[in-house]
This record gives sequence, structure tokens and C-alpha cells, in this order.
Amino acid sequence: MNTKFSNPVLMKEIKLRFRSPKSFVGILFYLAAMSLFVFGFLYLMTTLDAPGTGGGFLNTEESFILFTILTYIQLALVLFITPGLTAGSISSEREKQTLNMLLTTTQTSYQIILGKLLSSIAFLALMIVSSLPIYSLVFLFGGISPAQLALMLFYFLLTTLAIGSVGVMFSTLIRKTAVAMIATYGTMLALTAVTGFLSVFTASLGFAGSSAGPSPMAHFWASINPAVVVASLLSPGSGNILSDMTGIEFPVWIIYLIFYTSLIILSVFIAVKKLRVNMKAGN
Amino acid sequence: MIDIRKLSKSYGSFQALHELDLEIPEGTVFGVVGANGAGKSTTFSILATLLPPSSGDALIGGASVRDSPEEVRRKVGYMPDFFGVYDQLKTEEYLDFYAASYGIALHGRGVLIGQLLELVNLSDKHDVYVDSLSRGMKQRLCLARSLIHDPQVLILDEPASGLDPRARVEMRGIMKRLKEMDKTVLISSHILPELAEMCDEIGVLDRGRLVARNSVREIHSRLKGDRMITVKLNGPSDEAVRFFENRPFVAGIAADPQVREVRFSFSGSEEEQAELLASASAEKFGVRSFSEEETDLEDVFMAITEGGSGQ
Ligand SMILES: Nc1ncnc2c1ncn2[C@@H]1O[C@H](COP(=O)(O)OP(=O)(O)OP(=O)(O)O)[C@@H](O)[C@H]1O
Ligand SMILES: [Mg+2]
Repeated sequence: MNTKFSNPVLMKEIKLRFRSPKSFVGILFYLAAMSLFVFGFLYLMTTLDAPGTGGGFLNTEESFILFTILTYIQLALVLFITPGLTAGSISSEREKQTLNMLLTTTQTSYQIILGKLLSSIAFLALMIVSSLPIYSLVFLFGGISPAQLALMLFYFLLTTLAIGSVGVMFSTLIRKTAVAMIATYGTMLALTAVTGFLSVFTASLGFAGSSAGPSPMAHFWASINPAVVVASLLSPGSGNILSDMTGIEFPVWIIYLIFYTSLIILSVFIAVKKLRVNMKAGN
Repeated sequence: MIDIRKLSKSYGSFQALHELDLEIPEGTVFGVVGANGAGKSTTFSILATLLPPSSGDALIGGASVRDSPEEVRRKVGYMPDFFGVYDQLKTEEYLDFYAASYGIALHGRGVLIGQLLELVNLSDKHDVYVDSLSRGMKQRLCLARSLIHDPQVLILDEPASGLDPRARVEMRGIMKRLKEMDKTVLISSHILPELAEMCDEIGVLDRGRLVARNSVREIHSRLKGDRMITVKLNGPSDEAVRFFENRPFVAGIAADPQVREVRFSFSGSEEEQAELLASASAEKFGVRSFSEEETDLEDVFMAITEGGSGQ
């Protein structure tokens, strides 16, 4: 392997993670739960269908509902697992007293941070990819296109990377894994619950004032909310509801893309800067 | 090879290092001895680019820890005082990870790792989980790890702490090998005799200052100069006193008839000491035991270095 492109931390972490049976039990459990849900849904929908309405099959609408539910389940999963996987990446090395030896190697800080980030994400990516066969059952019944699925996966990846980067950043800045974990979950909640609240709140302020003009802040808060962007990707019509509320037409996904990309870059940058001490600090 | 210049370090208002100056030539095994909190680990951490100095600088092979820490990392192998290992990695994989971390090409790693494991006597443990190694083995593994990129300088923070006597003897053997490999080694310990066994030169660090520095050879020659010898007897001591009085290099005889023991100081060589023992045991007062009193290395060291460097 070309040493220039190989990442020792990434390779080691992947080796370790997939050596532990915990990872496989986790994925197995997840797939089992998901299969159970999908087949349960299929069973209910096909048996409860009124006779004569093409029973025995899922209609397009039901198929779309299933896809939507699955997508939100996976979104929730990504949001809740990513902080747990990343917030200990650096601080746990500090706690296990292996960090100093890692830092005295000739690896660049960027290599170490990236290795940590990608190895944590790799597990989630595997989880999502392994669920694709179950997911694709939905294709059999129509209602969703493969392009839509691909786009969804891209946004999952973006969201995971962003929250993961924040996790690695906090893990670098904060000595205790537990505290880094809280900070990362806090950020995740801020991006999901708080943005949703702020969006509705700022929009209602706009309505309260007699001038029901456009409310850019409400639009912004909504745009960086993962649930909103997923909704807009699932059914482009939902964008209209938002623009009716805020009076702004600008596509949600562009703002989301820009914001989360910036978040990744900023978090990784800070983590890389703070991983090693500045030898010239001289305090 | 190691050049510490007016190095100071403060933790808040507490000054742990006071303008430390220390130059260590290439190929020297240098021991730093000092009580808990003397500043050993602080100094070593700065040399390992893990801690920024408050003022002053340290050069490793000409590279400044302040200005070019990357270059320093390439030249230094560092073994911290406390360290953990990655559980679930095997010994070989553990070393392989660090080899990769130093950018060593894959095809060369196998042989290198084999050699290092042999150096630290862990060849038979190559396929064992690191977690299951004993503490002494982990310490040796960590030493092998610090050698993986063939650094010119080794900085070992208490490498022999917590080792049993046998493991310490092994560690001494490894240090000899390192010296043969022409490494410059900096070792710390708070036990002087332990360091004296491994080092060429020794410096004493006290509350952030280097208060003494001397070569181990000089310490040893001084130690061997005059030593107290105790002879326990089966027969009466007056006979023994008469015998020892007429021997060369013997002085200051004191006898204790109660416990049948004779003590004196001896200034001859080790060979002459052996001869004395041989001839004494042929006498009819019956030598039960013949022992050389442990001279306090610390006392001798401080005596020689009094008024020397530091302060
Ligand atoms: N991170 C820190 N914050 C504040 N003070 C510190 C810190 N690290 C070390 N010190 C102080 O600096 C002094 C030197 O510590 P250092 O660890 O260098 O000693 P040492 O010689 O290695 O001791 P030991 O034999 O116990 O390992 C001590 O008084 C210690 O309390
Ligand atoms: Mg120490």
C-alpha cells in the first residue's frame, strides 16, 4: 500500500472496531429490528387493505409512507449514534494514556483527526449500507426513485460527517469523554430541536407584526434542521409549506449543504489546530 | 545531540523548571535522577514536543522543539512514564500500527518488528494480545515501540520503574545494546543505583534545577576506593584481628568479640580483596561470612559533586 495515502489511525480503528463482536451484534440487532418493522408494515398494509382495492400489494402512497418512516428512523439513528461514536475519539486516547505516544509520531494532526473521524463514520456507513436491501424493498412498490434514495444517502453522510466532526472537535478540546459526549449531544439537539423551535418562533414573530413580510431568520433556522431538509427531499412540495410560512423561496437543501459543509470544515480545522500543543505558546 | 538551553517551565504560578542547561553528547546514556516532583517528566515532555516551554529552548540534533517540532519527532523516540496500550491489538499489530504512524513502508515492517521484538526479548509473544502482557513486558514493548523509526535520541521516562530485579537486569542489557547502536539516551529514575547500572553520566535534578552532574565511572571508582568489610567468624575474634592487621590495604580494624565479628576498611582492588578472602578462609579462626558493606551511592555522589555544577 502506498504509505502516502494510507491512514494508520483509520486502518487500526477499523481493524479494532470490526474485531469486536459488539459491532456485529449492533448491526445485526439493527437489521433485525428494521426487517421486523418493514415486514410488519407490509403485512399490515396488505392484509388490512379493503378487498377489491388491489389487496396483496402496497400502493404507491403506502410505499411512500414506508420510505418516509424508514428515512426518519435512520435519520434519528444517525443523529443519536454519531455523537456516541465520535465524542470519545481523542479524549478516550487521553484517558487510556495512549494519546501522548500517538502525538509523538510523525503523523500530521490532520491525518490523526481524519482517521478518527472517518473510522467512526465507517461504522455508521456500514450500518446504513447493510440496510439498503431492506430499504430497496420499497422500490418494488414504487413511490420513490433510486435517485431520491441516493440523494438521501448523501444528506445522511453529510449530516453524519458534520455531527461527527463536532464530536471529534469536542473530544479534542475537552479532556473528559463524558463531557465531550454531552457537548456533542447538546449540539445535535441544538441543530434539530432548537432550530425547529427557533424557526417556528421567529416566523410567528413575523406574523405578530402586522407586516407579514419575509422572515429570513425563520427560513434559515428551518433550513439547517435535518428533519426539514429530509422532508424537502422526500416531497419537494413541502418546500412550499415552508416558503408560505417564511415568505422565502430559496431552496432549503442549498443552505443545508453550505451550512453543514462549513460546520465540517470549521470543526476539523479547530480539532487539527488543537490536537497538539503549540510549542511556541510559552506560557 | 541533546542541547537544553535555559529551559524554564511554569505551571501557573508554580515554576517547575528553572533555566535548565544541559548538553548531552552523541552516544551518551545520560541518567537524570531526582525526587518526585523534581521536574524530570516535565523536562522529558518538553523534549518530546508534548509540552511547550515557558522560556528557553531545547535542541535535538540541531532541531529546536519550539521551531521545528516535526523534525524533533522524527529524531526522538519517547517512552512516557505512564502509558496505556490498545487492547485487542496483538503485539505485532501494535508495533505495526506505530511503524505505519512513522510512515515506514509496509514491506519493511515485518523484519523490523521481528528485530525489535528480539531486542526486547519478546519474540515469543509476537502473537499475543498486548493487553495480556505483564507490566514489565508492556514496558519492554513500549521501549521497542519508541525505537521503531530508528531515532537517534531516546527519551525514556522511568523505563525501569515497577520492574522486578530480573527485568531490571534485562533492561540494563537492552541499554547496552542501545549504546552499541550509538543512540543517545536520556533516562530518568528516582533511584540512583538503578541509573548508575545503566548510564554513562548522571545528573541530579532538584526542584527544577540541575544540582549535580558526573560520570558514572568516577562515581564507581570512588565507590571502589574505600569500602567497609565485615567478616563473621566461627572462632575468637582476637586471632582474626591479628591476622587482618598484617594484611595490605587494611585499616581501621574494629572487633566485636560478642558477636564474633571483625570490621575494617579496605582500599585494595577487587582482585586483592579476593586474595584476602581466600587466605583468611584458610585460617583456623574460621570465616563464616565475608561481606562488603553497601556504600551509600547517593552520599558518594553528592560528596564528589559538591561544589560542582548547578546552584
Ligand atoms: N500539569 C501540571 N499542572 C501543574 N503542575 C504540574 C503539572 N505537571 C507537573 N506539575 C508540577 O511540576 C513539578 C514537576 O513535575 P514532574 O512531573 O516533572 O516531576 P517528576 O520529576 O517527573 O516527578 P516523579 O518522580 O513523581 O515522576 C511537580 O511539582 C508537579 O506538581
Ligand atoms: Mg515523572
